[in-house]
Amino acid sequence: MADIDVIGLTAERAMGLLRAGDCTSEELAQAYLDRIAAVDGDVHSYLHVDPERTLAAARAQDASGGDALSGVPIAYKDLLSTKDVPTTAGSKILEGFIPLQDADVVARGNEAGLVSLGKTNLDEFAMGSSTEHSAYGPTRNPWDLTRVPGGSSGGSAAVVASGCAPWSLGTDTGGSIRQPAAFCGLVGLMPTYGTVSRFGVIAFACSLEQVGPMALTVRDAALLQQVIAKDSPNDATCTGPREPIQVPEVGRLDGVRFGVPWAELEEGVEPGIRARFDESLAIAKSLGAEIVDVELPYSRHGLAAYYVIAPAEASANLSRFDGVRYGLRVDGKDIRSMYEATRDAGFGPEVKRRIMIGTYALSAGYHDAYYVQAQRVRTLIRQDFDNAFAGVDAILLPTAPTTAFPIGARLDDPLAMYANDIFTLPVNLAGIPALSVPNGLSDGLPSSLQIIGPAYSENLLLRLGAAFEAEHQFDFVPAAMRGGL
Amino acid sequence: MSDIELTPDEVRHVATLARLGLDDAEVERLGRELTSILGHVNTIAALPIADVPPTKHSHENADSLRPDVSRPGVSRDEALRNAPDPTADGFRVPPIGA
Repeated sequence: MADIDVIGLTAERAMGLLRAGDCTSEELAQAYLDRIAAVDGDVHSYLHVDPERTLAAARAQDASGGDALSGVPIAYKDLLSTKDVPTTAGSKILEGFIPLQDADVVARGNEAGLVSLGKTNLDEFAMGSSTEHSAYGPTRNPWDLTRVPGGSSGGSAAVVASGCAPWSLGTDTGGSIRQPAAFCGLVGLMPTYGTVSRFGVIAFACSLEQVGPMALTVRDAALLQQVIAKDSPNDATCTGPREPIQVPEVGRLDGVRFGVPWAELEEGVEPGIRARFDESLAIAKSLGAEIVDVELPYSRHGLAAYYVIAPAEASANLSRFDGVRYGLRVDGKDIRSMYEATRDAGFGPEVKRRIMIGTYALSAGYHDAYYVQAQRVRTLIRQDFDNAFAGVDAILLPTAPTTAFPIGARLDDPLAMYANDIFTLPVNLAGIPALSVPNGLSDGLPSSLQIIGPAYSENLLLRLGAAFEAEHQFDFVPAAMRGGL
Repeated sequence: MSDIELTPDEVRHVATLARLGLDDAEVERLGRELTSILGHVNTIAALPIADVPPTKHSHENADSLRPDVSRPGVSRDEALRNAPDPTADGFRVPPIGA
């Protein structure tokens, strides 16, 4: 049996071990399963692990030989449907639900020979920024178990940071890949809207969300994006990438123009986050890039617009959970009382809040004042980015204004929780891509740089991210994870 | 638009539209929380942008249609597999309009 240290093992190195014959897929999967058994009781990043299924899938890859990524393990956010494997969306209302089909992104992973280690924890229906809104209990941050891993893809971040998967897929509706990647010291890519199929992703806000990779390195993120960024006949909004995703090499940044929207940084940014951000700007200059002032005047209204549009879409999408076709049912004397009792028992507090906001904003008399007005702000936010990209190649901001906060700190203040996404959610409203890359530590916790680009600029963002990554030399293994917990 | 404060009756009305059966404690808490959140959302209400066209979707020109060819759907057994109260050939529900 090969002795494999999976802590800090990148997917690219795992691929190298497999292709060199240094270990089998089964041995690699077993090493991760052992790691999960050792630490996930404390981190609580997985909702579902099925060792026999995982090992059988790994043996199948060993038997078939196959492609470059054959036998590399992966973890999937439990918002992604997996055929014959329980999928909960972090909600009690879907407890015991067994999908009939794989999400397209999972099918792409299977075709590439990836081996699923399990399904990861999330805020219920991806609504949240801390994974505390999971109906199955919070995930803990591997850098500090008293803190949140971010959210909503907090489980997908924590599995990678704790060495319980080499990489994972998350989804991002307002920052749900980038912010947990930031809190856990990872690379996260929010792809251009429409480049990755949403088929089989349990829907929260269809006009905003995309699936994307969470990984230890920019190159790993690129490799996984290559797997999932494909046109699909199952999603009419998905046209795939405009050019093939490239795995980037490290290079200088001569001639690159970065825009910085200074006005956005004036309030609410922790000093340590600001210090790391300023260091990233110095690195950009030292590599030959130019830093240019840009303005995104409507970005400050992004939070308000987002908290109309996303809940409005959610209130419509979640109407399908009615106790009839799947999931929980609580009996009632008639169908209406059954609906109401089922949804009251099945949904958690944050989901109810958003359904209520969305229903209110869409109700007679308020639709134009809230929903249409928010869509006008969305237009202006898109125009802000278009105007900025007329003069710069990419925009730099911190990914999140703070490092990971303590578990429980923001649970009673929804607006404070929402405000953690101020730098990420305008990107979703515009439908453009952004890459978050660790840029150091602040008081021992990861800080992160967000690189935002125009639509279909993933290859540029990955190349820029690789340059920052090489200079920052971020050590992505949390000290607490080295010797086990 | 001036600041709004949701009354318990308004919260119950919205909950009815959303088919959420809330108890009195939830009505009280959600009234408070929604008032606070909508207060923030209201910061965009006064923006003079009535002439700006709304964006419904960030990929509005996408038109990725598959060929119009029939393909297998979900079988009846599969469709009923996850149902909380299936019959041999359908979903059983409580009386409608009892």
